[in-house]
Amino acid sequence: MPASTPKPLRLFTGIGSWLLTVAITLLGLAALTFFIGRVLPIDPVLAIVGEKALPETYERVYRELGLDQPMWVQFYDYVAKLLRGDFGISYATSRPVLTDLVNFFPATLELATIGLIIGVLLGIPMGVVSAYWHEKWPDHVIRVVGLIGYSVPIFWLGLVGLFVFYYLLDWVAGPGQLDVFYVGVVTRITGMILIDSALQGEWDIFGNAVRHMTLPALLIGYYSLAYISRMTRSVMLDQLSREYILTARLKGASEFQVVVGHALRNAAIPLVTVVALSYGGLLEGSVLVETIFAWPGIGNYIYSSLFAADMNAVLGGTLVVGIVFVFLNMLSDVLYRLLDPRSREFGR
Amino acid sequence: MSVETMDSKRALRAARLTELRRFARRFFRNPLGVVGLGIVVLLLAVAAFAPWIATHDPYLPTLSDRLAAPSAEYWFGADELGRDIYSRLVHGSRLTLLIVGLVIVTSAPIGLVIGAVSGNAGGWIDAVFMRVTDVFLAVPKLLLALAFVAALGPGIVNAALAITLTAWPPYARLARAEALTIRNSDYVNAIRLAGASEARIVFLHIIPICLSSVIVRMTFDMAGIILTAAGLGFIGLGAQPPLPEWGAMISTGRKFIFDQWWVATIPGAAIFIVSLGFNLLGDALRDLLDPHLRQRQ
Repeated sequence: MPASTPKPLRLFTGIGSWLLTVAITLLGLAALTFFIGRVLPIDPVLAIVGEKALPETYERVYRELGLDQPMWVQFYDYVAKLLRGDFGISYATSRPVLTDLVNFFPATLELATIGLIIGVLLGIPMGVVSAYWHEKWPDHVIRVVGLIGYSVPIFWLGLVGLFVFYYLLDWVAGPGQLDVFYVGVVTRITGMILIDSALQGEWDIFGNAVRHMTLPALLIGYYSLAYISRMTRSVMLDQLSREYILTARLKGASEFQVVVGHALRNAAIPLVTVVALSYGGLLEGSVLVETIFAWPGIGNYIYSSLFAADMNAVLGGTLVVGIVFVFLNMLSDVLYRLLDPRSREFGR
Repeated sequence: MSVETMDSKRALRAARLTELRRFARRFFRNPLGVVGLGIVVLLLAVAAFAPWIATHDPYLPTLSDRLAAPSAEYWFGADELGRDIYSRLVHGSRLTLLIVGLVIVTSAPIGLVIGAVSGNAGGWIDAVFMRVTDVFLAVPKLLLALAFVAALGPGIVNAALAITLTAWPPYARLARAEALTIRNSDYVNAIRLAGASEARIVFLHIIPICLSSVIVRMTFDMAGIILTAAGLGFIGLGAQPPLPEWGAMISTGRKFIFDQWWVATIPGAAIFIVSLGFNLLGDALRDLLDPHLRQRQ
């Protein structure tokens, strides 16, 4: 970009190209789900009319679905429908897929958010400790804890957790969001059980929900902790080797002041990106966790739709998580620019 | 002349050997890396000698021994059809390696070629390829693989295909970055002036430069591939019964988790150990091979 471009215009073209990137990525996402849903060897007509349909019926549905149109017309229709919020009808629940997704999304969001909070609260201090005592024993311990989180199949850890903490020790409640006799007592406001029960003052239900949520939230928290502590460690290692740290020490600042007040403060900007990105990962990672804990979220919805051969629902769920994913990516990008004065100064 | 080239070849070989020895010495100083290597070697050995290591037929049901607890007869117990879990685990290692192998031999070359061609060519080819790569990087991997297998139909090869679909973009990014830094370097321009084709530059000069970073990336990826494959198997989209795939074994054992815990926990422990092995190995290799880290030390 030439340096002579006036500043407001530069900002404008920056936003313009950024929006274009978002649009292209979303279009690409739609193209992927379109490809999976229409082009792969599964016959959408047979899914509706059944195996024994008359040829005329088959022919009519074939045309009604627009399958006789060229591929690009079909894709255009598909995108146009998506833009209108039409994700198709779920064969299993016979409701619009979007309605189903709106129903199931809050539970996933609640679980992933609490998991992320656990991950941040534990992961960042662990990363700082690890970087400060680089190559000493605290670093080794924390790195191994992180590596285990990277290597463990999360659905298996969930099963083991249920066996130990629910069956053997009875410290937490079993699968599901609430005990059976509490289900349906709280009126649905946000769809997030902790918030809904607290708003209505049903504190025993709140407590029950906490007991149900503890294990899956800790699992997801561990999963994000592994990533966050690792990234914090590498960012902090980089900061601690800079010269301004030496300057701060020479000035006589306390070690705590040097590490937290100077190094962590500077590390915070890249870490915001890390946290935003890991949030997207958690939404996806909760698919497997939700199936283990019978958690009524999007992951469980997709899982049960798979068994009903309900591709509209599967693809709709994939699309929604994908869209959230893309927006989180973009959000982390925006936050980075807002927080780091240097990236504002020089543009892209 | 020929004597000279033979001498220089010998010198080159000797230099490579010392380099390799120095590399090995540094590698063996890292205890975690050695543990990782040990696990990976053990996995390869178990897969290679599976029929001799297994104590039972992995497919033969013995209904009288349904869900038998671990014992001298069944080291890790028996599953819901009375099949020996230990023997199924041993044979399952071959399936794990099969999936990992299929994904790696497809995704790494695809990504490398796309990235190297794209970075070397520049212009609209680069713009298009990188947009496509970005789209794949921006979508949730596990869900994409899941939807893909759901449409294609379950099975090992389809699961591997689906994982490949989500695994190639990082290689493309990596290769493109390398290609961008060297495509206008003096030595590449010299080769170009000497009449080398662009294909020759991509395959003989850019891709080899990427190899050390690719090896590190691949080792880490293998852990991720094992976990994704196990997840697909657990959901029922990977290997189909009666194949002893570890993820699918957890899925059948899930029903018995409280009373016959060994059916589900033991295959999961195997997945965990193997993927930990690849992660430890990847960590150690990165410390040794990553040019950025090497500069800092």
